[in-house]
Amino acid sequence: MRGTPSIVPPPRHRTRTCCDYAVSRAVEDSNLRMLRARDAMDRTYAQPLDIPALARIAIVSEAHFIRTFRATFGETPHRYLQRRRVERAMFLLRQTDRDVTEICLDVGFNSLGTFSRSFRDIVGESPTDYRNRGRGAAAVPTCFAMAWTRPSSFGEARERGRG
Amino acid sequence: MLKSLAISQIYVLDQGQALDFYVGKLGLKVRDDQDLGFMRWLTVAVPGDESRAILLERPGQPSMDDKTAEQVRDLVTKGRAGGHLFFITDDCRKTYDELRAKGVEFTEEPTERPYGIDCGLRDPFGNHIRFSQPTSVASVEQSSSGKQRR
Repeated sequence: MRGTPSIVPPPRHRTRTCCDYAVSRAVEDSNLRMLRARDAMDRTYAQPLDIPALARIAIVSEAHFIRTFRATFGETPHRYLQRRRVERAMFLLRQTDRDVTEICLDVGFNSLGTFSRSFRDIVGESPTDYRNRGRGAAAVPTCFAMAWTRPSSFGEARERGRG
Repeated sequence: MLKSLAISQIYVLDQGQALDFYVGKLGLKVRDDQDLGFMRWLTVAVPGDESRAILLERPGQPSMDDKTAEQVRDLVTKGRAGGHLFFITDDCRKTYDELRAKGVEFTEEPTERPYGIDCGLRDPFGNHIRFSQPTSVASVEQSSSGKQRR
């Protein structure tokens, strides 16, 4: 089954030492643990989620969790979760007629004050103003909507979103 | 004019582990498994829908250098390498229960959406998988367009 020698590659992994592999495997393992915690935030954003609980999901220590999550995804777990909750609130504001207070509690905020402040900080306008502008959203699978409409904490998308 | 989609590709970090998952757990079947010398050409398909195959490609030499392969592996395990697979099922909750019994870990349990009931999971490498039970209108469209194709 082998092709001509000139195009046959060296056997797998020959060019790297076992040491290189140990390092990259460790990164991959760490990535998967952080991804597990991030998936948990996407799934149970409405519940009280604290760092100890998320660190347990990732099977790492709490101090290690925050640092590693940030190194992996570019933002802290707290920011990720806050933006997920705001994204879900934006969705409910667009798609339902529910009361802002109800929506605030539905997505995991404890107080209307914190919700309104966070929403304004992140989106640039109040929940009611956002709703009144009545932005429609195409019917795409929810997972893509969730990935693309979560307000960015990286700056650039936020500016674009406001434009 | 294009006629149909034959093969789509996702990256997997280990083809043996991928087979255990996609065939052993999800219940897909192997369509091709050939050692081409330069690569193991490994595709799987949904039983009964074998005209559409998924290529399970391992990132690495000679298609890419070691450093690039490492970057791809890094992105795959962050769930950001673009591997998404969407399947259709007749009964989302039943399929969910069956797969859970086989030890599949879900990221999202069956949820009602405007387009149907669906749920989410990841393969062992970080690729994102969903399966939906479309709402009746969608499923009618689905089956009638399926007939036209044939």
